[in-house]
Amino acid sequence: MAKERRSVESLSDLWRAGAEQAHREVEDDGVEQQRSKQAGRDDEMTIRFVLFVNKQGQTRLAQYYEHLSLDERRALEGEIVRKCLARTDQQCSFVEHRNYKVVYRRYASLFFLVGVDNDENELAILEFIHLLVETMDRHFGNVCELDIMFHLEKVHFMLEEMVMNGCIVETSKQNILAPIQLMEKTS
Amino acid sequence: MDTVEKIVEDFASDIAMSPFSSGTSLREMIRAIRACKTAAEERAVVRRECAAIRTAISENEPELRHRNMAKLMFIHMLGYPTHFAQMECLKLIAAAGYPEKRVGYLGLMLLLDERQEVLMLVTNSLKQDLNHTNQFIVGLALCALGNICSSEMARDLSPEVERLMRSRDVNTKKKAALCSIRIVRKVPDLAENFMGLAASLLKEKHHGVLISAIQLCTELCKASRDALEYLRKNCIEGLARILRDVSNSSYAPEYDVSGIVDPFLHIRVLKLLRILGQGDADCSEYMNDILAQVATKTESNKNAGNAILYECVQTIMGIEATSGLRVLAINILGRFLSNRDNNIRYVALNMLMRAIAVDALAVQRHRTTILECVKDADASIRKRALELVYLLVNDTNVKPLTKELIDYLNIADPDFIGDLTVKICSIVEKFSQEKLWYLDQMFKVLSLAGNHVKDDICHALIVVLSNTAELQGYSVRSLYKALQSYGKQASLVRVAVWCIGEYGEMLVNNVGMLDGEEPIKVTESNAVGAVEVALNRYSADVTTGAMCLVALLKLSSRFPSTSERVKQIVAQNKENVVLELQQRSIEFTSIIQRHQSIRSSLLERMPVLDEASYLVKRATATQATIAADKLAPTVTPGSLKLPNGVAKPTSAPLADLLDLSSDGAPASTIASTTTPNDFLQDLLGIGVSSSTTGVTSTASTDILMDLLSIGSSPSQNGTPITDFRHPGQESKPVPAVPEAIDLLGSLSPAETKPTPVVPQDMDLLDGLSSNTSISGLENTTHPSITAFQSATLKITFDFKRKPENPRETTIHTTFTNLTSSTFTDFIFQAAVPKFIQLRLDPASGNTVPANGNGSVTQGLNVTNNQQGQL
Repeated sequence: MAKERRSVESLSDLWRAGAEQAHREVEDDGVEQQRSKQAGRDDEMTIRFVLFVNKQGQTRLAQYYEHLSLDERRALEGEIVRKCLARTDQQCSFVEHRNYKVVYRRYASLFFLVGVDNDENELAILEFIHLLVETMDRHFGNVCELDIMFHLEKVHFMLEEMVMNGCIVETSKQNILAPIQLMEKTS
Repeated sequence: MDTVEKIVEDFASDIAMSPFSSGTSLREMIRAIRACKTAAEERAVVRRECAAIRTAISENEPELRHRNMAKLMFIHMLGYPTHFAQMECLKLIAAAGYPEKRVGYLGLMLLLDERQEVLMLVTNSLKQDLNHTNQFIVGLALCALGNICSSEMARDLSPEVERLMRSRDVNTKKKAALCSIRIVRKVPDLAENFMGLAASLLKEKHHGVLISAIQLCTELCKASRDALEYLRKNCIEGLARILRDVSNSSYAPEYDVSGIVDPFLHIRVLKLLRILGQGDADCSEYMNDILAQVATKTESNKNAGNAILYECVQTIMGIEATSGLRVLAINILGRFLSNRDNNIRYVALNMLMRAIAVDALAVQRHRTTILECVKDADASIRKRALELVYLLVNDTNVKPLTKELIDYLNIADPDFIGDLTVKICSIVEKFSQEKLWYLDQMFKVLSLAGNHVKDDICHALIVVLSNTAELQGYSVRSLYKALQSYGKQASLVRVAVWCIGEYGEMLVNNVGMLDGEEPIKVTESNAVGAVEVALNRYSADVTTGAMCLVALLKLSSRFPSTSERVKQIVAQNKENVVLELQQRSIEFTSIIQRHQSIRSSLLERMPVLDEASYLVKRATATQATIAADKLAPTVTPGSLKLPNGVAKPTSAPLADLLDLSSDGAPASTIASTTTPNDFLQDLLGIGVSSSTTGVTSTASTDILMDLLSIGSSPSQNGTPITDFRHPGQESKPVPAVPEAIDLLGSLSPAETKPTPVVPQDMDLLDGLSSNTSISGLENTTHPSITAFQSATLKITFDFKRKPENPRETTIHTTFTNLTSSTFTDFIFQAAVPKFIQLRLDPASGNTVPANGNGSVTQGLNVTNNQQGQL
């Protein structure tokens, strides 16, 4: 290899030799990533976390579908929230952060952030956020930040009916709310 | 402050522990937390609450459990540790009632941190609940299992989950299906058990079951090749039917999203179809029609419709689609790209990145639009577009594209300039068919974004410049002009200063004018002035400052009339607080004042840099080999002349010799103590400093030459590290080389006791790193090299490296006397850089017999502390 490279004369060829090298490295990286992905298949899920954050950056709900330590979660929330809150309404709703994408949407003073894999359909996740909000709306009637705070466990129950292990399981509001309404009736 | 806080907190928790406060309600706690004005107050409240919960747990008050769990969830969300309550979750799960179980499972999923032990305890409860008669409780257990199960649990409970997938209740079915995704992920061997079940679930009507089953199928395809084949055979029709039904069905209020029935189901089906159709022509053909239908009929005025179209395009690009279908897909992307909605444009760019592999030409058609996106106000879109443009560049479009990108540098967002500059440099380097074009573009980039250009890019530019004699004049004039208007771009200043130093006379005399180039009038003092301005402006930047000093020194030789002025400027730095600059200033002043005789040869233009070896080195350096590689060049023909320039046998009497060598050896040691990048400069600096201190000595010139020749060895070899300062330095020692070699040659054989001082810092590593980096293997042996050979003395090195400790290299040195007289009192000295440790073993003797009859051997142990580091 080294010999070949030495024999090439023209500048562009030389550069290309260097570029190829770099390219190969990138490919190697790709292979590496794939390998690590295969090793830790836990990482392969569509939704990695769901966060509700208010305008001041305070977390109002956090649900992770992968295991993160307390410190990791704090750091992640801090970074992502800072990034998303800094963006204007005209900018797109997707932010790339570390190895995943954050799809976010703002409703009044509350931001809904969903962390997804890189190959997830971002537009569909936007719809998912909307569905979540509509479901809460149907249950609480014009949901607001306080509803979520004081009924945190109910919101969790709803989310649990909608997403399991990072996969969307139910998209019908009626089906999502059925168990919660049942529980309210009995108690 | 801390202590006050602590007292307050302690006090607060004392109150909480008192039997009178039996805990607050969830609502009160949230209110209390919201009322907190500082983080310390919040901590105090949380502490109090946690203490109350702990008490409740230890006193075993079942009626408070539910409320306490809800509180803990809130506390957990705020980011406080809550692991102490995990056992409480288990108790709740074991309770009989649905509400307790509900909260218990939720708590388990949220609060779990040390996974294994608690999970073992919960397995039994889960098993019981999976067999419960109440479908809601079964649902809870399935959900929990799906979220948290480990591989042991997966094996234990998979029969239950299989059974539940056959259940009659749709909610149980869908949850069981999703739960098996986790099971298959944890234990891929179980995939076979679920294949048939998953396929049969696809016949259901309930959307929840369908979406779960489809996701399970997707997971099975990833987990096992057999499952993939099985599903290709058995499910493709069913999936096509599901997609047809859902896209043709009329209004369904429960699943309607702005006029489209269940976009989520659409998207999951399309995703699975993509996996099934990938590399399978039959499957792909089967889905052609329905994909075409979805692609043409889906409304694109709402986000939900666009989400489906986006997924559909991905599927078409992923499978073995017909060309007609592909055209359809690319057209959809074109539409997306021109959409005003930033979200749509973002996904279009994202998709085009993948489409480029399938149909590069079609993507090229959208080049102009993509280029516009690079200039978008939205950082996410810019980033995507820039990456796409980078992939789009080829030999034919590189010039217009580069021009656009460089023009955009003028107005780009400061945060974005860095990324943009890196990409432009990379494009320009990759596609530089013409040197003039390459140089022009690089000068533009340096002028507009010089602060963001990386050192290795500058170094590459200098290597090219040095190799292109016909454009050196043009370059130095362009850079001089650029320097006048863009003096604030650090990299531009460095390259320009280097060029002015090297090619100053071309600047002044308009040498090598190109056609159409406007002659500029620059006087000698203008050139010096430009460097002086740079020196004053960048006084804080040691590298630039040092380069300016060298350039000035060179100009003093190019333009003798400016010598006096240069001397003054250089002398201004005599009291510089930065040692590097001060040293240079003093040494250079001395060269200008006292060494007129050698100055012109000392300051000649540096020799042409070896482009091929530079590229090899650059590639090697990026391959993340050992740190020593940065110092030690790889072996390339014509560049490895290590022994001659380095070894220093002198011809003075022994007493002198020892003095000298003791001067020389520590000197090179000091030289190596700075960072490896500065290595060369330091070597040079020492060469010069010795000359000034040695003025009184009779042998001063010799010393100078010798020392310079030490410095010249690395300069010939060059360093792959991208510190581009040193080319400026290298030229100086080089003229000394022939003389140094002469010196070696003229060593009289009559001299009986030469003391070679071999500064092995460079050479040893040359040998080593070249071996390791080229072979890329953990070689434990290296071919021996002849480190030095003259008419009088031959030194060979044998290398040995222990596999268990690759940092340490043992060098077995053999000295052979080639003269007719015996060497007595033979001493061998060696010096290494700071990051290398050297241990010299005693020599086998201090007398080397004449005529090569026998030799003296000595062991050296070299430990490279930076082995394997970048």
